[in-house]
Amino acid sequence: MRGLLLCMVAVFTSAAMAQARPDLARLDYDLRPRPIAERTWVIEGAVEDFSRANGCNIINTAFIATGAGVVVVNTGPSRAYGEQQRRAIERITREPVVRVLSLNLHPDYFFGNQAWADRPTQALAGSIGGMQAEGRAYADNLYRLCGDWMKGTESTPSRDVVEPGVLQIGSHKLELRRLSGHTSDDLVLIDHTTGVLFAGGLVFADRVPTTPHADFDAWQASLAKLSQWIEDDRIRQVLPSHGPLHSGVGGLDQTRDWLRWLTAHMRESAERGLDLSEVLRLPVPERFKAWAAQPAELHRSITQWYPRYEQQVLGGPATRR
Amino acid sequence: MTHDNTRRLLLGATLGAASAPLWAAVDHTGGDPLGSMQWPGLRKQYLGDAPMRFSSAVVVSGPVFADDAMNVPLLVDARGLGNTGGGVARIQVVVDRNPVREVLTFEPLKALPMLAFRIRLEQASPVRALVQTRDGAWHVGSTWVQAAGGGCTVPGATRADGSWSRTLNQVQARFFNNVLEGSRRLRVRVMHPMDTGLVAGIPAFYIEQLQLVDGAGAPWWRLALHEPVSENPLITFELPPQNGNGFRLLGRDNNGNRIDAEVGA
Repeated sequence: MRGLLLCMVAVFTSAAMAQARPDLARLDYDLRPRPIAERTWVIEGAVEDFSRANGCNIINTAFIATGAGVVVVNTGPSRAYGEQQRRAIERITREPVVRVLSLNLHPDYFFGNQAWADRPTQALAGSIGGMQAEGRAYADNLYRLCGDWMKGTESTPSRDVVEPGVLQIGSHKLELRRLSGHTSDDLVLIDHTTGVLFAGGLVFADRVPTTPHADFDAWQASLAKLSQWIEDDRIRQVLPSHGPLHSGVGGLDQTRDWLRWLTAHMRESAERGLDLSEVLRLPVPERFKAWAAQPAELHRSITQWYPRYEQQVLGGPATRR
Repeated sequence: MTHDNTRRLLLGATLGAASAPLWAAVDHTGGDPLGSMQWPGLRKQYLGDAPMRFSSAVVVSGPVFADDAMNVPLLVDARGLGNTGGGVARIQVVVDRNPVREVLTFEPLKALPMLAFRIRLEQASPVRALVQTRDGAWHVGSTWVQAAGGGCTVPGATRADGSWSRTLNQVQARFFNNVLEGSRRLRVRVMHPMDTGLVAGIPAFYIEQLQLVDGAGAPWWRLALHEPVSENPLITFELPPQNGNGFRLLGRDNNGNRIDAEVGA
């Protein structure tokens, strides 16, 4: 059964990969919006880690043409991405873009904002604060990782604070909800009209979750709520920011499983007295091995978080003489 | 090797196939398996003319990529030299491309010749463990660590928020049994900003010496530290399983502040 699942995952991933062929010479991301529901499109990023080969385009962005304007979800990793995203949307619909939402503070959620300077760019208050505080460091890092793809990109945080609530826009009943755990402010968008849930960074599918701003307990609590919503709100499709579109709680369960394993792994290793360099060399369970961004993302998580577990088991300060 | 010589060799190499083997035979790295041009100078500086060889018995484990350039975990294991040249006398760790190359020198004494710790890395670099056996010979193990870098030239967390002065030279220590079969692990953390002196306006301020002594005052290991050891050093040692009594951690930093704390069994 697992073999079959792996097979299906592999097929899905390679189908998505076959779509976009980023061209470094022309700085062309080859964005191809794919319809996933009525008047709803996804632009899929590579299910990989950042690299020059994929143009550092590893995020799923999306848009909904509501009939009374387009709602855009996430703006990608660079100015060029935002510009190409805007052209791709304009090729499909003549409706004006009325809202540009970034679901959290991470750079690939908002670094395309420069292309949307004349539109309302929106995020939760905490996300905007984080974008303002960390934008420059994000840019340094992405210029180093992605090179020319970042040309002309300057961190441009979302301008407007968005509040949770229900929005009737055109023929779509949209709902914004605030959760936390992947970051301190994780925006979730539910389209009640189509049954699509835009899960942002709370859900990762077939890919190791990123954890630079994680609060692991809050994240698990949010996943429990999401799971309930998927059932209660009759969600038909879940679009994570990283990983393939899917139905049901598959990605959500993967994320829960990973976070549970990662935190227990670090706690138990610290209690055994292992050093960080040893923990970085321990194998991951078989079920996680085929995930994208393995082991780089695991190593980032352990490097950042394991020292806290080490310090906890060392206990209080020794008596001084 | 001067630039003129290099140019002549390059010319020679392009003149024809006959001179190609000559080019191939020139080694600017002193036989360094990592191919680092810094190695010959490094060798001269730290080992002089003493006999040395690159050895797989000295294992240096670092991350493939330094995700946190201010805390790059290293594990040096020279247990493979237990029966060579009378055993290990000292382990000296140096980083080819750090602005301060010396990291630490460890005399294992009663401990096993292995050590885990963290360093600041300014750029991608080979990391070396120069291990001297009691017969005077040097055995060198190396690894490459890739890094975005910058770890030596930004202030640490407790320097940045000013909290270092409230915890200076506090010690946390704990034993762990049988992490390695038949051995007793000691993990020690000393609160110290370990300023490198390479951040504007913040002079070098770092722990210079640490040693573990038992109740009779006998040292079990000695450690000399330099600027690249990470803030609030967390260092892992392997001790023999027999109990010592009344262990204390002694040391001082370069400003003369003393470290003296009980290490419970």
